[in-house]
Amino acid sequence: MRLLPFLTSAIVTLSLVTVLNTQLSIGPTKSPKLGYFLSPQHGFWKNAEKVNTNFDASIVANELKGNVDVYLDDRLVPHIYADHDEDAYFVQGYLHAKFRLWQMDFQTRVASGRLSEIAGADKLSIDRFFRRLGMVYGAEQTEAAINANNPEMKSTVDAYTAGVNAYIKQLDPADMPFEFKLMNYAPEKWTPAKTYLFLMFMSYDLTGRSAAADLQLTNTRDYLGYELFDKLYTNHQDSLDPIIPKGTVYQKPSIIPIKPAIADSAYLHQTTAVAYTNVETPEAPNENNGSNNWAVSGSKTKSGRPILCSDPHLGLNMPSLWYEVQITTPTHSTYGASFPGSPAVIIGFNDSLAWGVTNAGRDVLDFYEIKFKDTTESEYWFNGTWNAVTKRTEVIKVKDSADVVEEIPMTHWGPAMYDAHYQNPQSKGRNLAIQWTAHTSSTGVETFYRLNRAKNYDDYIKAISLWTCPGQNFVLATKSGDIAIKQQGAFVARWERQGDFIMPGDDSTYAWQGIIPNEENPTIKNPERGFVSSANQKSTDETYPYYLGTASSFPLYRGISVNKHLIGMSNITPEDMQALQTNNYNVFAATARPALMKYLQVEKLSEDAKRMVTEMTNWDLFNSVNSKGITVFKIVWDSVEQAVWGDELAGSSIPLTKPDAFVLLDQMLRDSNWSVADDINTKDKVETLQDQVTLGIENATQKLLALEKENKLEWSLFKATKVLHLTKMPALSRLNLPIGGGVNIINATTENHGPSWRMVVHLTDEIEAYGLYPGGQSGNPGSPYYDTFVDYWAAGKYYRLLFLAKEKLIQHERTKWHIQFKTA
Amino acid sequence: MKNKITINIKFITTILVAALLAYAIGIYSILPWWSFVITNVIVAIAIPQKPLTSFFSGALAIGLLWACLSMIIDQSNHHILSTKVATILPLKGSYITLIIVTSIIGAIVGGLASLTGSFARKTN
Repeated sequence: MRLLPFLTSAIVTLSLVTVLNTQLSIGPTKSPKLGYFLSPQHGFWKNAEKVNTNFDASIVANELKGNVDVYLDDRLVPHIYADHDEDAYFVQGYLHAKFRLWQMDFQTRVASGRLSEIAGADKLSIDRFFRRLGMVYGAEQTEAAINANNPEMKSTVDAYTAGVNAYIKQLDPADMPFEFKLMNYAPEKWTPAKTYLFLMFMSYDLTGRSAAADLQLTNTRDYLGYELFDKLYTNHQDSLDPIIPKGTVYQKPSIIPIKPAIADSAYLHQTTAVAYTNVETPEAPNENNGSNNWAVSGSKTKSGRPILCSDPHLGLNMPSLWYEVQITTPTHSTYGASFPGSPAVIIGFNDSLAWGVTNAGRDVLDFYEIKFKDTTESEYWFNGTWNAVTKRTEVIKVKDSADVVEEIPMTHWGPAMYDAHYQNPQSKGRNLAIQWTAHTSSTGVETFYRLNRAKNYDDYIKAISLWTCPGQNFVLATKSGDIAIKQQGAFVARWERQGDFIMPGDDSTYAWQGIIPNEENPTIKNPERGFVSSANQKSTDETYPYYLGTASSFPLYRGISVNKHLIGMSNITPEDMQALQTNNYNVFAATARPALMKYLQVEKLSEDAKRMVTEMTNWDLFNSVNSKGITVFKIVWDSVEQAVWGDELAGSSIPLTKPDAFVLLDQMLRDSNWSVADDINTKDKVETLQDQVTLGIENATQKLLALEKENKLEWSLFKATKVLHLTKMPALSRLNLPIGGGVNIINATTENHGPSWRMVVHLTDEIEAYGLYPGGQSGNPGSPYYDTFVDYWAAGKYYRLLFLAKEKLIQHERTKWHIQFKTA
Repeated sequence: MKNKITINIKFITTILVAALLAYAIGIYSILPWWSFVITNVIVAIAIPQKPLTSFFSGALAIGLLWACLSMIIDQSNHHILSTKVATILPLKGSYITLIIVTSIIGAIVGGLASLTGSFARKTN
């Protein structure tokens, strides 16, 4: 042996292998282990799926009660035929894992504050936020309640869990999903807790905006004073077209919430000013989280049978939140969009009826300010005495670093999310306990389980009566001809403006005075006008006896557009409904453009500005892909808003909530001389709306000229809609999609948000259904089925959904593969 | 002349044996990705060659193996994943560059392993 050369060579080899087997830091991110990642027998190459993969398989599973047949169609949608309900959920879990395992892991990690465990200290602020918000706490409540009182749901979730784990158990490490290899960690066993955590995350996504909004509104109120605040953030919407038609008579409320006698001074007009520290917080749920749904009765359709439509608007991600599936057992046959992470179909139809959901937008989350006795935070002041807190310990594991321990003081309101140990710019040094209906145990899974099996209106009412959080508008259409919509959830019986701001936490008179009984939640069945609809607007007019929450939670114009179109339609076909779901008409601009023109002083404009105004006035009011008029209108409107209230909000050191567009528009239409129009920075001059509209257009013109130079005036180029991979990596995403739509548009597609699942169901004897989501059935970026539906979705096209009995499906030309599940 | 041919046959045989063993041990995905380092060392000890020759045979064995495997996979995948990975790494989205990088990484490690193996023998 030549010792020296041997040792040198051995050391060099070992060093190189070590480097290639280490995650290297590249800026804030880490590289994969390059040797492993590039190895064709271990790394990412193994995820490069053959484009003509044969998905036929035979799987033996001891957990099954009987055999299960799964047929995959040409879009990779599984049609599950099982003899036992639990077997169907076992197989649904198995298939979710087979096609979406990384996403399931990642989403529940986010929900439970476990990102740092795989990504390091960089994600700690996000983890701390979710831990302190009580995400794990809420999921634990649900799990405990279901385990104790609900054997049917327990066995459903257990079967689903067993299915996921059966897949993980047989998974060859080399076939682990791509992202695990990229981020260098491995899948772990699924648990029922993860299913509840995922559903908890949906509660956060759809009701958690209050966690940011309540603090922002409080700070805005503190900064402006309540009087000006109430002008700029008024709850009154002149043009509201509610879900339940105006003029409906509501029954006497069973709870009459009493506003505390001193609330005006001690709550509404109270202001605080405290120092704050700067800490990063996760992005709040998108303000456009919402949806459209509607059903038209047979009286308005060509066939005489109802048609139901549902398109939930959520963040546009890949892998998609949705996974299509058909589940057929002796008890029911259902098709629709499911959540990887949860059993059953969430939005879909069965052989008797169809259902869909939109977000109710009601406020179910409040903050209470807590006074602790001392820095140990072991007692807090309430109703004139010191009360003991319990401490909830949450341990956050951090990759390459020591654990971080959160000791969260638990009050009778809920967790004291903000205290001396946890602050952000919006919390401003206050101790704040959070009360949120999502912290109470919920039987959300059971609602969908029952809807999957519902046969008629009564079954639907029974199923949704179990639903607590996040509040939803459940729309229904049945083969027998019924249509209905009901806003359902555990809604707090509030007095006007209760909980819009941080409330005093030392006084029981500010507590919630009850949950509104289900029978009093807004409902309508088979109305005379022949349709029911919702688009996240307020569910009722102001005669409804309960306070719904701040107007900023209720977008106004999409609902007006939906109803206006539906009223005018007759002899409706499913194609008409598809056209309506993808409709780009801008009902807001239809009112706002003439209002702008009314105040505009053309003679004062520059030549460039005049040209832009012409572009805007010639616009056909459709937010279509190539339209330049909408881009001009949008930028002009934003500039006018900025001119009107930018001066009022500019002096604040923390970002304040922007008032809603309807506030300015309603004022312009009232033709009043609005005091807010005055620029508070010019002492010697009183500006009018005329001045501000003209100034706004002039300011907008500068931005528009810059966009024109970059060739980005066309709407889809300006808006640049993208479907983002959950890691936000551009290479795994679809960018710059040619699609119209936008805020206030039925086709509510904005930059990274919009119709996440479009469904149209015609309730004929053999159900005729259409649908798609912007993604693909496979979560594997190396699969041709990863982004299959994206281009079709952008183009506003639909797939005919295959919903057939087993014998017919087997013979269908679109059926491609067969996966057999057998008992041992 | 005769001697040269013998060397070439030996050289090629070494490459084939090393590549085959590396592939075989790679099938066991529970073992680490660098398991071929062990097989290359064993091959280099078993088949004596000059150090530099040994380095090249080991490098070609793994380099060619990784190039062939990744090319076959990439072809039947229509470059779907390689194009994405070549954007992340970043290699300007070129699947060809990615295959070359894959091959070179395998080659360097494989070559060094065989070199180490050849030094482990008594001088030939």
